[in-house]
Amino acid sequence: MTDAGCHTGAGGGAVDTALPRLALAGSPNAGKTSIFNALTGLHAKTGNYPGVTVSRFVGTLQAGDRRYLIEDLPGTYSLDPISPDEQIMVDVLDGRLDGEAPPDALLVVVDATTLRRSLRFVAQVLRRGLPTCLVVTFTDEMTVRQGQVDLSALQQALGVPVVRVLGNRGQGIDELREQIVRWPTWPTPALPPPDDPAEADAWAESVLSFARYRAPERHRVTQRVDAVLLHPLWGTIVFLAVMVAFFQTVFTLAAPLQGYVETFFGWLSGLVTTHISNPWLAGLLGDAVIGGVGAVLVFVPQIMLLFLLISLLEGVGYMSRAAFLMDRVMARAGLEGRAFVALLSSFACAIPGIMATRTLPSAKDRLATMMAAPLMTCSARLPVYVLLIGLLVDPSARWGPFGAQGLVMFGMYLLGAVSAMTAAWVFKKLGDRSGPLLPFYMEMPPYRIPSARSVLIAVGDSARSFLRKCTTIIAVTTVSLWLLLNLPLHSSADLRAHGVDPGNDTAVSAYVADHSYAAGLGHLVAPVFDPLGFDWRINIGVLSAQSARETFVATLGQVAAAENPDEPAKALKAMKYTHGPHAGQPLFTAPTIAALLVYFAFALQCMATVGIIRRETGGWKWPLIAFGYLTALAWIMAYVARTITALLAG
Amino acid sequence: MRTPALAQPEAVVSDAAASTGSAGRLSDLPPGSGATIVGLADGAPPSTAHRLADLGFTAGTLVQVVRRAPLRDPVVYRVKDYDLCLRRAQAAHVLIRDAR
Repeated sequence: MTDAGCHTGAGGGAVDTALPRLALAGSPNAGKTSIFNALTGLHAKTGNYPGVTVSRFVGTLQAGDRRYLIEDLPGTYSLDPISPDEQIMVDVLDGRLDGEAPPDALLVVVDATTLRRSLRFVAQVLRRGLPTCLVVTFTDEMTVRQGQVDLSALQQALGVPVVRVLGNRGQGIDELREQIVRWPTWPTPALPPPDDPAEADAWAESVLSFARYRAPERHRVTQRVDAVLLHPLWGTIVFLAVMVAFFQTVFTLAAPLQGYVETFFGWLSGLVTTHISNPWLAGLLGDAVIGGVGAVLVFVPQIMLLFLLISLLEGVGYMSRAAFLMDRVMARAGLEGRAFVALLSSFACAIPGIMATRTLPSAKDRLATMMAAPLMTCSARLPVYVLLIGLLVDPSARWGPFGAQGLVMFGMYLLGAVSAMTAAWVFKKLGDRSGPLLPFYMEMPPYRIPSARSVLIAVGDSARSFLRKCTTIIAVTTVSLWLLLNLPLHSSADLRAHGVDPGNDTAVSAYVADHSYAAGLGHLVAPVFDPLGFDWRINIGVLSAQSARETFVATLGQVAAAENPDEPAKALKAMKYTHGPHAGQPLFTAPTIAALLVYFAFALQCMATVGIIRRETGGWKWPLIAFGYLTALAWIMAYVARTITALLAG
Repeated sequence: MRTPALAQPEAVVSDAAASTGSAGRLSDLPPGSGATIVGLADGAPPSTAHRLADLGFTAGTLVQVVRRAPLRDPVVYRVKDYDLCLRRAQAAHVLIRDAR
């Protein structure tokens, strides 16, 4: 869900040391990321469940005529680190990270409604002696819940500046900006808070009573909604209903939108064919560039819808409830509820999912979750599934109120989730090096109405990163594939010598494709994929999908377009084996489609995921293990699926 | 799921019981009830003890049991004015008195 990959230029890297550097610190859920976004204008995503802020974000703030570096640190409850995240946070504060000096000043963000707990953290930070400003958020919610705190008295009691900010509405950001400009003159507490943790509570109570603090009541709406959503029976039913509705919506609501995108690219491709006379150039532009990218862009509405739903559930606060409901189930796989959130993120894309494992305190849990994440049905599989399920299942078939296609899709998601859990369990069992026992804890934030801005940022970011993938990896793959499919060039004499009429376009393109470099490659790997029922054309698709799954659709589209440029969909359905013992028989039979579906469900066909596992584990061992085990598993499971389907189909 | 660490610190419990009259573990409290925290059990792993204190489970603090998950674990507690969920295994490290 958080796609830190989007924020290139934000994380790590060289930091301009000439500018004053201010770090944002605070517990998860305090609203740090909203404040960071409001200050820097960078679109780092916020969420309403613990541990969203997993990596280091740096942005610049322009205030007056000066610029400041603002750094968003991982959320922590304490400066006594028990997890790698928290260690990063403490290392930054101590100036131990990458030889960088400690930040010049600190902005400590606290949620007004959790002030009693947060003061312990504030005390630890104040003892560091860095210039500090306390940023208090959610004061509006504090008032609604009959709570009270006098911020000017709090400022007096703490001895450091206190600013009220409502991050999602941007209120108080101007005051915070003015305060930041004055950072060298910030007062420091006359008397530092006590060092002894036993005295911390007494200190906190004295500060609270000075600030005329009245504790907020429990959020009434949250109480009532939780009575239903966390009820043993109703809660479970609602959870399952949410999951089913989630996938039905993604599948049915996106269909008309996809139609529009398809129509647009069809029109664009037609425009190229009519206006460019050189058939070779027209083919490259129309089929490879526009056709290839278009075949993938068709899925943008679906992906945006998926991210819209995820970020809504996240923003409202349901994700924490889902993690709470799922904790016991996750415990079966040796994981915890929060790993559920990381795995659910992987439904969108394994990359943010793998990055979200940083919030898991135990290294063992992180590895197990990372090895499982690529099995969750990511959005890149959607185009492939949509294509294959479209070939396999009649669109009008229904089962009760649900379309059969939607149900098969749900089944694929279920398969992904179950195999991911199994994989996590196996890896947790295998890695039995006993580390320190880390506790499980999770905040239950009240239900909140997410700001339209944060939801839009989430949806926009996901679409942007998907589009970037389209325009780079996928465009390069489709164009090189088109070249492989259309080279070597055949002269008219050459064609005639093989009994092909150079004037018959269809015959020519069929001959060219069949004798292309791509065909050679497809035939080369045939012995591996023959048992699964794939022919050389599917093999090319599978090979090209090795870099990114979405390219499979574009590849098959190109192959089909070579055979019947007017109606590629029809060509795909009509495809027959051209070689081997099955020559002349239909290619896309139920067993072959089932094998393909299952192959795509298991195989790690995503170079970006391999890359992120390497980055997160700091070596090639784990990405190679993941790649090896998933590819082997994909082949075996595809073979099983083919055999079973063949038996069922008779 | 009792681990050896949880079974050990009986001595601490009886010490607490001696000074307060009644004592128990947070994990034994039913939903809807509340108590005052006495301290953390001696057998608690250091990282757990640290974190429980950071989260507000310190001596003298009031704690309420808000709700159990459908499968009875984890449990939502209200401590220091906010809601937090712990598994029973962690809650067992928190010693309480005056269950009411």
